[in-house]
Amino acid sequence: MNIAHHFPVLLFVVPVAAAATLQIIGKIRREYCFYWATAAISICAFMSTVLVWKVYKTGPISYVVGGWERWFGIEIYFDHISACALLISALGLLIIIFSKQYIEKEIDERKIPVYYTLILLNLAGMLGFVITGDLFNIFVMMEILSLSGYALVAIGEEKIAQLAAFKYLVLGAVSSLAILMAIGFLYSITGSLNMREIALYLPKATSHTPVAIIAFALFVMGFSVKAALFPLHVWLPDAHAIAPTPVSALLSGLVVKIGVCGLLRILLIYRYTGGLIDVKPVLNIISWLAAITIVVGAFFAVFQDDIKMMLAYSTVSNIGYIFLGLSLVQTNALVGGINHIFNHAIIKVLLFMGAGAIIHQTGHRRLSDLHGIARKMPITTGCLSIGIVSIVGIPPTNGFVCKWLIAIGAMQAGKPLFAAALLFGALFIFAYYIKIINAAYFREPREEYKKMDEAPLTMLVPIIILAVACLVFGIGASIPLTFIKPVAKGLLSVTVR
Amino acid sequence: MSLSLFLSKMGTNFNYVVAITLFTIGLYAVVAKNNLIKKFIGLNIMETSCFLLYISMGAVKGGRAPIWTEGMKKTTLFVNPIPQALILTGIVVAVSTTSLALSLMIKIYEHCGTLDAEKLKRMETE
Repeated sequence: MNIAHHFPVLLFVVPVAAAATLQIIGKIRREYCFYWATAAISICAFMSTVLVWKVYKTGPISYVVGGWERWFGIEIYFDHISACALLISALGLLIIIFSKQYIEKEIDERKIPVYYTLILLNLAGMLGFVITGDLFNIFVMMEILSLSGYALVAIGEEKIAQLAAFKYLVLGAVSSLAILMAIGFLYSITGSLNMREIALYLPKATSHTPVAIIAFALFVMGFSVKAALFPLHVWLPDAHAIAPTPVSALLSGLVVKIGVCGLLRILLIYRYTGGLIDVKPVLNIISWLAAITIVVGAFFAVFQDDIKMMLAYSTVSNIGYIFLGLSLVQTNALVGGINHIFNHAIIKVLLFMGAGAIIHQTGHRRLSDLHGIARKMPITTGCLSIGIVSIVGIPPTNGFVCKWLIAIGAMQAGKPLFAAALLFGALFIFAYYIKIINAAYFREPREEYKKMDEAPLTMLVPIIILAVACLVFGIGASIPLTFIKPVAKGLLSVTVR
Repeated sequence: MSLSLFLSKMGTNFNYVVAITLFTIGLYAVVAKNNLIKKFIGLNIMETSCFLLYISMGAVKGGRAPIWTEGMKKTTLFVNPIPQALILTGIVVAVSTTSLALSLMIKIYEHCGTLDAEKLKRMETE
């Protein structure tokens, strides 16, 4: 039996099985938990590399769980959007390596097996979400990753951690239920749960157009809560700032992107053009909200003194860029938007890790307490600066590519106002990130930092890898574009797959 | 649309009307209630409404339980088993959400001594 044939399902099964057995491992010896989790995600990274290579060579892979017929069983459809699996497992691996020493200091020792279990479940949920071809599975995977996400926010020792988690839970659960209801509506008018099949049947369900419209509205509402689009972003800054830093990196870098991936999947069903309903008015509203999100997120970030709060608001702002790219119905903007999913994940994980390493070494998280840190931690601050340059969008880093594409797309779509909002947001972003550089490099170091050292190796290595990735994907911007262009083409084409 | 047509449509789509009404009641409780437990009961009502929608969608008039037993003919009517299977999963999700939320509320009460959303907001800003 060829094991490589089963890689699509193993991609989800391996981390779940590892999470289930992790508690036993933790009972034997607590230190083994880290190695167990690392091994599981390394296997996932390997498998997703193989799968992405296969997709690149031969096109999408269809796999049916349990050997049922494709229309009866649960189909796993590994296409170009599913190539995110490689990003998720690679960044997940780096986050787990980073958290080894950080988490021992941050949380109670007894919680460590629980922490790794939740991280593995979260990654498993995300991997399952991007590879599945079944609409109800989308809901189940989303719940796995959301529930583990709520618990991860609450795991910290901060006093209001549980409150932030609860706020996240209430909004997250309402959005999940909206999506569940929308899936029910789609099932009732098409009689299928397979997304490719629904995409075929939906244009023919002309007598049920109102139901399809309501379902689309519920999907958009649900996924924009998950992705924190203004005005539904209120849960994000608290949850992301209060969680332990590796968790913030995971949530900010990857989990919010899942909402965007979900919206992409839904747009593949409804089509930009030639579908049952005209989605352009809704997309128009989204593009306005996205422009507001860019400006509001950046505006709030300027006034934060807490470095993690600042990064959390910057995530809100960047989600605006992604939504703007998706909603302009223009090839360049779409490519830029999807590219920003990929690039922002790398940049934001890098920024949170850099901030986390500094917080771990100094014990401070306010910018005013971090003066002159660059002289004591030159490598960390250097990599953090690469991340900052990258998120502002200065060439030759990867942040430049997508913002450039989105701006060009906005101009070509004849909506220069959105390009202006984008540039305005970039200016604000520059204003608040310059604060970090200023505090780190151009202030006199405080007395207590005299004896301080560079961050430990388990933190430095992931940070350096990500900083290099920022530069590599800035110069070699065409590497992710090989996977993004087919997605954009599929989204904008009139004919159904 | 005339009133009688509207009412007859409401009558035939009775199950959807009930599900949407429950969904809205639940959403109101989540948004408007101050007590965290009441908020969460609202969420549970919303969950139930979704389950009702699915189950009633799969119902067939005169249909039997979708279990194949000896002596049954191929013409026997069944209800659609797929929504029931889906909702079984949905219930599991709902139970785990509920238990997580309740344990979070216990922790919040231990730390802050209240479950009132307004008071908690004030504590948060301090």
